[in-house]
Amino acid sequence: MRQTAFAQALFNPALPPPVEVTSFNGSDPAQRFAVYRNNVMVSLIEGLAAKFPVVEMLVGTDFFRAMAQVFAAQHPPKSKLMALYGDAFPDFIDSFAPAASVPYLADVARLEVARVAAYHAADAPSWRAEDFAALEQESLFDTVLVLQPGAQIFASRFAIGSIWAAHQGAPDMAAISTDTPEAVLVCRPHLDVEVTLLPPGAAEFLRGLSQHQTIGEAADKAFGAAPDFDLGAAFQILINSGVVCGVAPRSRPKHPD
Amino acid sequence: MLHENLASHFASPVVSRFPAFKGLPPKPGIGLKHQHVRQLIETRPKLGFLEVHAENYMGAGGPPHHYLTLLREIYPLSLHGVGLSIGSEGPLDQDHLARLKALITRYQPQSFSEHLAWSTHEDAFLNDLLPVAYDTETLNRVCDHIDQVQTVLSRKMLLENPSTYVAFKNSSWDEVDFIAEISRRTGCGLLLDVNNVQVTCTNHGRSPIAYLDAFPVEAVGEIHLAGYAEATDSLGARLLIDAHGTPVAPDVWPLYIHALRRTGPKPSLIEWDNDVPSLDVLLAEAAKADLCLQAEATRRNGIH
Repeated sequence: MRQTAFAQALFNPALPPPVEVTSFNGSDPAQRFAVYRNNVMVSLIEGLAAKFPVVEMLVGTDFFRAMAQVFAAQHPPKSKLMALYGDAFPDFIDSFAPAASVPYLADVARLEVARVAAYHAADAPSWRAEDFAALEQESLFDTVLVLQPGAQIFASRFAIGSIWAAHQGAPDMAAISTDTPEAVLVCRPHLDVEVTLLPPGAAEFLRGLSQHQTIGEAADKAFGAAPDFDLGAAFQILINSGVVCGVAPRSRPKHPD
Repeated sequence: MLHENLASHFASPVVSRFPAFKGLPPKPGIGLKHQHVRQLIETRPKLGFLEVHAENYMGAGGPPHHYLTLLREIYPLSLHGVGLSIGSEGPLDQDHLARLKALITRYQPQSFSEHLAWSTHEDAFLNDLLPVAYDTETLNRVCDHIDQVQTVLSRKMLLENPSTYVAFKNSSWDEVDFIAEISRRTGCGLLLDVNNVQVTCTNHGRSPIAYLDAFPVEAVGEIHLAGYAEATDSLGARLLIDAHGTPVAPDVWPLYIHALRRTGPKPSLIEWDNDVPSLDVLLAEAAKADLCLQAEATRRNGIH
């Protein structure tokens, strides 16, 4: 197939363009073909730059584009939805030796993947404080809450939330101890994706809820992971973040009638 | 009685709640960029229509759908695909076609258009509009693909003429004849990209005026205008790149005016996808297009 040779040569500059490729004036077809090679590569690099702005800020534009080019040549998009492109970029960064001096880079990339996923996730109106107040108190711990479709809980060996927050506006990493483990909640209560730093145990609590555990089961897991887990503070995060969008039917108390 | 009416209304999901604009008007439109959505909603500038890339609205939810829904209340909509890969040697991606159908059902756009190009190969998406050879094999395949698209979407599509940087030894058709034959066989309309005419004709040593004079104007449903970048080939000849990152080039406006003489006033889009400027800059470009459209309308009135 002609398009096979064309596609292969796009991603491998060592290959010549397909033999059918020509020019009207006898100019070098390979030089003209390189316009396509460049268009494809630049579009993929720019797609990655749009998805990973903090990664780009952390390593600088030149390093980022060089790293993105290596990734793009090895991993052309599999989907026509460019918003999905680069979901494999964090794992690639982990294995990309020149980036090893920024050990938290891959986790920052994972956080940015989660943010884009939340941005495009299905809409689900957030519960408000009055919705929580309406929960039946006596069966509260048997209740199963439903979290927003795009919500993700992400725990890192690094100060991932603080590093990300320090790059919203002018980067300021001075006060950050990057090796402090942090966990964050990523969700989109309405139009804006928000990143919430989680106190000890809250990540386990939210992860339990996201796995359809009851509030009681998730709280037990959180206390097990962090003895100083503060359930009241975790509930305040549920309310303030907008991450809850409903209650699972099976958690509704059964009435005797 | 009232209850019955309400019930039938809610039970019928195909009833569009959007204004039923009758097609795209013969006015200037702009490509919708996320940087401009809030300003467009707040200031509602006078525009004939908005155009969006279909693939940017295939996520489940979020701001893209929120704002497009609001803007669809205000402006007619042109849905412009960049990923269907109609020129592919392989079969059309039926999943992608189904996603397009869902978008069309949701937003009821006044127009759907795609490209004479390919962008997927096996399982890779190449994110660019790649050229096809103009031979009988390609002609049959592209016509078959367009038949499928128009059948699945239950509507006529517009096919856009490409910008290309290389030619193929095995092309046996002239580009304009090839496009005219596709339109004749499939009944599809055409999207005449005047910037692409300038780019392609320059890159292949042809006259853009002769190209426009041969173009089957009766099928044209929309016109595109954009800026190109400039390079040179290995012999130093001009090699224009369809870059969409600058104002419409000075030598493209006369071609647009020439095209309008043949087509009459048509919906005309300002495309600007890279280094996106402020909305005011796009509106100024649209105002230039509007002058050309009004001049052509006046000229035609004078003739009658």
